[in-house]
Amino acid sequence: MALKGNLRDFSVTQLLNLINVAQKTGTLVVEGPSEQIWVSFREGKLAFARNGQEDGSLATVLYRAKKISAAQFRAIQERAANMSDKELGLLLINANYITQQDIINSLQAYFLGVVNRLFTWVEGLFHFENDMMPPDDKITVRISLENIIIEGSRRMREWEQLQDEIPSLEVAMKFTDRPGTNIRNVNLSVEEWRVVSYINPKNTIRQVAKATNKSDLEIRKVVYGLLQAGLIELVRPEGVVQPATPAGRPALPVTNKEDQKSLINRIISRIRSI
Amino acid sequence: MQTVKMVVTGPFSAGKTEFIRSVSEIDVVSTERKISSEAEKVKDQTTVAMDFGRITVDDSLVLYLFGTPGQRRFDFMWEILSEGMLGFIVMVDSTRPETFREARNILETFRAYAPTPYVVAANKQDFKEAWDLDDMRIALRLDAKVKLLPCVATEKETVKGVLLELLYSILEEMDKNEAK
Repeated sequence: MALKGNLRDFSVTQLLNLINVAQKTGTLVVEGPSEQIWVSFREGKLAFARNGQEDGSLATVLYRAKKISAAQFRAIQERAANMSDKELGLLLINANYITQQDIINSLQAYFLGVVNRLFTWVEGLFHFENDMMPPDDKITVRISLENIIIEGSRRMREWEQLQDEIPSLEVAMKFTDRPGTNIRNVNLSVEEWRVVSYINPKNTIRQVAKATNKSDLEIRKVVYGLLQAGLIELVRPEGVVQPATPAGRPALPVTNKEDQKSLINRIISRIRSI
Repeated sequence: MQTVKMVVTGPFSAGKTEFIRSVSEIDVVSTERKISSEAEKVKDQTTVAMDFGRITVDDSLVLYLFGTPGQRRFDFMWEILSEGMLGFIVMVDSTRPETFREARNILETFRAYAPTPYVVAANKQDFKEAWDLDDMRIALRLDAKVKLLPCVATEKETVKGVLLELLYSILEEMDKNEAK
């Protein structure tokens, strides 16, 4: 089924969170006002990215990353224009022009640049194509999304959106027990680590903000990043007593346990018969 | 005569009125008004106070279904409607991701009103543009234990399915409380 919408309503950060948590494989296509971006994922990890306006070929990426000279770039264009990225990569490695790591680092930086560009878009139609991957002759990488999401959340400025995402500071945080998630692998700033050190179902976000000397906006930004990276979840603070049904009114007109069950079973039978 | 009630809530245009209409034995008492705001013109009319449906269970028991107004400016009605409910259903339009955040906030608000069982109904699952349930669960940040059910509010059978799942949850909750 469809995974489509507009970035205006469902942000890039939320999309990456969804792809990360669901460990999706496929390509996210985003159409901006004047350009189109394709970002491919394999099992929830960034694999490839391309901006429709740009020449994302390996030769161009390496030239822009200053891994090959202008003369080498021209020579490749003249003599190896029909070569696939994989073939060209092997040729350059075998000729000792560059290392495999140079290629991976350059492509990673280029792909991250494309994704970071997406974070600046406030509007754009998107759709996710399950199992659609770049052609086999393209070189893919494997980058965890947590750091990308955290970085994207740091850029978030909209107070209203943050307030919508985290309406109350009276909730607590706890680490998710999702397999494969390890907060130690995420690049956090010192300030963010300070917040992490207070994560405990007993502490409300407001208490953590106070302890780390953060404003409402600052704490929301950090919490939002951790939340979207799938590292934490919001929970009711431990030890807070839930109110009984409002105004003390019982939800059921009978008090005896067996009578209550019988009443629910009568409703079940009736609804089945409608 | 004993009466019990369930509440159907959710964002604007999620399908709450249709949901109640599909199973109510009376014509739904609906307080709908023409929509004046351009931004909210997804449909022509909206519920401003509440919808009200009825299912007579037997000679001595009646189930009332209350639908809340979806627009935030009528949220003062929510707490009143939630008083004494058996449980609640959060309706979400599977084709409109722009309403997911609002659905999440409504769910949290109702959970704060009363710790009664609830289920989430993903409406319009018959539409091509409908989001997958697994994706919706993540976007709505629903715990794996929360029932997220496919629904087509205009089809009686799926509406019955949602109501029954909520009732099963109520029974499970009773058993859990008994075991404590």
